[in-house]
Amino acid sequence: MLCERCQQKPASVHFTQIVNNQKTELNLCPDCARELEGQWNFSLPKFFASLLNYEPGLGLEVAGVPTRCSECGLTFTQFQQGGFLGCPECYHAFAARLDPLLRRLHGSTQHRGKVPRRAGGNLRIQREIDRLRRELQELVAQEAFERAAEVRDRIRQLEAQLER
Amino acid sequence: MGMNLEGLSKWMEGSGPHADIIISSRIRLARNLKGLPFPPFMDEDQAARVVQMVGRAVRSPAVEAAAGRLHLQRLRELPPLARQILVEKHLISPQLAEVDGEKAVVVRDDEAVSIMVNEEDHLRIQCLLPALMLHEGWRLATALDDALEEELDYAFDQAKGYLTTCPTNAGTGLRASVMVHLPALVISRQAGQLLSALTKVGVAVRGLYGEGTEALGNLFQISNQITLGRSEEELISSLSGVAVQLADQERAAREHLYKENRWQLEDRVGRAYGILSHARVLSSQEALQLISDVRLGVDMRIIRGIDQRVLNQLTFMIQPAFLQHLAGKEMSSFERDVQRARLVREKLQG
Repeated sequence: MLCERCQQKPASVHFTQIVNNQKTELNLCPDCARELEGQWNFSLPKFFASLLNYEPGLGLEVAGVPTRCSECGLTFTQFQQGGFLGCPECYHAFAARLDPLLRRLHGSTQHRGKVPRRAGGNLRIQREIDRLRRELQELVAQEAFERAAEVRDRIRQLEAQLER
Repeated sequence: MGMNLEGLSKWMEGSGPHADIIISSRIRLARNLKGLPFPPFMDEDQAARVVQMVGRAVRSPAVEAAAGRLHLQRLRELPPLARQILVEKHLISPQLAEVDGEKAVVVRDDEAVSIMVNEEDHLRIQCLLPALMLHEGWRLATALDDALEEELDYAFDQAKGYLTTCPTNAGTGLRASVMVHLPALVISRQAGQLLSALTKVGVAVRGLYGEGTEALGNLFQISNQITLGRSEEELISSLSGVAVQLADQERAAREHLYKENRWQLEDRVGRAYGILSHARVLSSQEALQLISDVRLGVDMRIIRGIDQRVLNQLTFMIQPAFLQHLAGKEMSSFERDVQRARLVREKLQG
């Protein structure tokens, strides 16, 4: 797991706060944790609030992350106030700041569900290759070499499709 | 083609796995279109275009093959009372009904399949089936979703999945939910603790009518909270598992009640049936509670000869908009209470 502040180093300092049965977790790398403690009178509640309600000057700006979506013009502050993103592009524009939020909401930032046929692009093929590779391993373990060869050919076909 | 407001929905049929406790199952998929702002930020023209595109898509042969014949209804063209009936049938959300604008609902005749257009997301595909049928609902919803994707360009991202207006729905865009009837757990004061424990394992719980654990009619809706990072099948299986466990707990509580307090239980059920059969003035709150008691009696075979379907229908029919629709006029709250008592009497006499 990466540090939620710098998104660079692995998080090894974990804070858990429980208020009114609501659990909030914060995962930081040692450097960020130390920096935050030194930066101001480190107050956890203030820091939790600031993660969602970003205030300039708290030292939490993420370098290179725009404050406005170039497609629809929504600002991150507007999102925080209303809870709605403006357009699909906002997910890219605010990716670095949305990831910690998604992780807190869902415990993950990576989609593992359905992939649509058209909009899914290569991901659908990639998923199929991954699945076939697992199948191939099992077939080899069972010494079902004839079927394994079929699966291997199918994987090659799909890989060729990906390169095209 | 007008809407068939008096028609009964598929979920009211009331048969299927665990139908004695699990009243209905719902699958909802949030989908948005590429190249357009999300609904809260669209202008009228963009919203009208979405309605038009969805209208065209649902008439395609692929969609008809996947989900049958669907009709699009612009909400603006429906009077407020008719919109309210759609809310009472759980076909649309109160938000979709209240706010004016380019919004629509797509419905199949049996109301098992519907799509809200321009609610919080461009499309919200819904399947609503009786009893515990989440997997069946998912198969239907995903087939319809595939057919729609042939016609519509979805906003999808390889990492974040289906992109939704609110990040709480991102990824699968899936909300699976079941409506459960838990009278014995409520009577024996176990419901509160049990249901709040569920919220700690990623399951959201709310009373179907009323607030918090004070659910009117002992009806609760439980649903998955997480939508990203797990597959639809995993999310649905785990919610199904929770629903079955709840049903088992409720059954155990019913047995215990019967063993320890048989006369009180039979008395409660009998009194509820008596009041429902003979009352002349019934508030919706009182009616929901009494219907719950009678339903418990029917499920436990304390009363015989009442069809569960009638109780499902009553749960919907006793609500304000439908009562006024039946009467063909607007009614005061007292007039509704009189009309409600009359309707319940008639339905229970068969």
